[in-house]
Amino acid sequence: MSAKVSVDAGPPHAATVVARTQESPTIFTLQLRLDDAAVQAAYRFAPGQFNMLYLYGVGEVPISVMSDPEDHDGIGHTIRALGRVTQGLAALKPGDKVGLRGPFGRGWPLQEVSGCDVVLVTGGLGCAPVVSVIHYILRRRERFGKLVIIQGVRHAEDLIWREQYDRWATLPDTQVLVAASEGAAFWPWHVGRVTELFGLANFDPECAVAMMCGPEGMMHAAADSLLARGLPESRLYLSMERNMQCAVGRCGHCQFGGAFVCRDGPVFNWGEVKPLLGHRGY
Amino acid sequence: MFSQSDHAGFLPLDRLHLLVAQLMQQGYQCLGPAVENGAIVMRELEASDGLPRGLQAEQAPGRYRLTTDPQNRYFAWANGPQAIKPQAFAPKESLWRVERDATGMLQFEAVIPDVPAQAIIGVRACDLAALALQDAHFLREGRRDPHYAQRREELFLVAVQCAEPGATCFCASTGDGPTPTTGYDLALAELPDGFVAVAGSAKGGAVLSALNLSPATPQQLDAARQQGLAAAAAQTRSLPGRLSPSGDTLRDALMGRLENPRWDEVASRCLACGNCTAVCPTCFCHAEIDEPALDGQASRHERIWDSCFGESHGHLHGFNVRPDIRSRYRQWLTHKLATWHDQFGRSGCVGCGRCIAWCPVGIDLTEEVAALTAGGQP
Repeated sequence: MSAKVSVDAGPPHAATVVARTQESPTIFTLQLRLDDAAVQAAYRFAPGQFNMLYLYGVGEVPISVMSDPEDHDGIGHTIRALGRVTQGLAALKPGDKVGLRGPFGRGWPLQEVSGCDVVLVTGGLGCAPVVSVIHYILRRRERFGKLVIIQGVRHAEDLIWREQYDRWATLPDTQVLVAASEGAAFWPWHVGRVTELFGLANFDPECAVAMMCGPEGMMHAAADSLLARGLPESRLYLSMERNMQCAVGRCGHCQFGGAFVCRDGPVFNWGEVKPLLGHRGY
Repeated sequence: MFSQSDHAGFLPLDRLHLLVAQLMQQGYQCLGPAVENGAIVMRELEASDGLPRGLQAEQAPGRYRLTTDPQNRYFAWANGPQAIKPQAFAPKESLWRVERDATGMLQFEAVIPDVPAQAIIGVRACDLAALALQDAHFLREGRRDPHYAQRREELFLVAVQCAEPGATCFCASTGDGPTPTTGYDLALAELPDGFVAVAGSAKGGAVLSALNLSPATPQQLDAARQQGLAAAAAQTRSLPGRLSPSGDTLRDALMGRLENPRWDEVASRCLACGNCTAVCPTCFCHAEIDEPALDGQASRHERIWDSCFGESHGHLHGFNVRPDIRSRYRQWLTHKLATWHDQFGRSGCVGCGRCIAWCPVGIDLTEEVAALTAGGQP
């Protein structure tokens, strides 16, 4: 990781939209390239880290990086158009300019995972931090054991990249378990709560690591299921979300107990956040 | 403090202006107490003899009223709302700016403040402790905040021992006052005929030697120490470090009571106005906002003090992490008094009592802590 780029509290670096993909009616992916070639060349990140993207004259948002660390031609961000900044970012076209600073925070413990099974649990709308891990593992398949992908969505139509899930399910040593609380016509997966699928997950608790992202209630239920299956707490990780404005542990919005999520997370070990996660409004 | 080994000098009452003059001569913009909108705040002194005398303020939960000191002292007032926080952590400032040219290219540039060297006369021990915490946050190893650093490095701090704490003060119980012990350039103790003065830094020492003071007598030093002890003994509020000598720390006690019904009770009184966080000398939360120029060709990225009592503080895409006052009050109190220990190695409360006096409904932090930790209820 380049110290020069990674510790930027600001100002951002100018970056150009090199490609834009509409993933669903509200979700889109921007491939960005930093305008300064030296800065782009020095840019390194780990899956699970995030960037602050700046929309001219409006402000910044934290967006996790979902491309592969070895793709040096662009930095990918999958974004849901929801607030002022993200709705503005949604209107950008290739060639348009944004600001970018990052990467920030602590990513997934992918070095520790080598040789072990990996269980990836996501809930909600296309959880980019975990999808980036799926791509990362598939590209380095020999370094990992079995891969279990567990995804829960509320409505069947909320599942983006649906054809990717179909494709992943056909790969060797890869299990895909998808659940929608409300199904739809031709929905091939489970209808019900995602936690009902954990009994089917095929992994070796003696040598497995789980990584979760999504709503905290879902992650809590998923953690209970995985721990009940014999997975040690020390190998259970999650990505947290909080309001982030500075990204360097200074502005205070993401303070969570003794941590600033932007700096000390967003990826945490379960034991680090367990005492506080169950408290509504914390 | 104020012991023989401090090489204390004695500054007679009628020569106080020489201290201010010396600081002005060294190029400092001097700030001292002034009355504004019915409260004592720090403002620039027009002249070296411009320090006011006889100011005092009566403080109680939700109450602050100016009064007059019958002894007509210079520093008989307990702290006003402002603290010295704005001098290092500006309430609003530009972090960077960006220009957009006709082709849509963006040019970013950092904005570093151009600030005069300031001397603040009348800083209290609680505020020195708070400044040390702000330093720990903004000047953290490897992640110095350049804007804070720029202002902070130029501060010359003339501390004053509190002889007349307010009824809302409890610095003795947090270990932060009323006598300053560290973090100042000069410290004064006001006696009827003058000031015992000690230096706490090389630049403080230089100012003191330029004043060519006679040494403080053992009697004067003793009077200063006794005055500090009396001021500590006069405080009626306190914040415990532990619930009992062998009991839980306050940190553990609060974190073990996150679902205590008292949070609902205090939420029914709290207006979530954020006054407590605005006057708190250790609160550091700030929002980052963009202010585009009217012609659309440029934008400034500003930071502005924020409060965890505000609705936007816990905003996350599509929902609010802390949607109610209960969770916001709990966020504030448990950060300040509990998880601050995890982040900074001590409590975030320095006992200044401002949050009590400036709360419009008079919520008393020490009373809330007592109620939350009374009995064994989690």
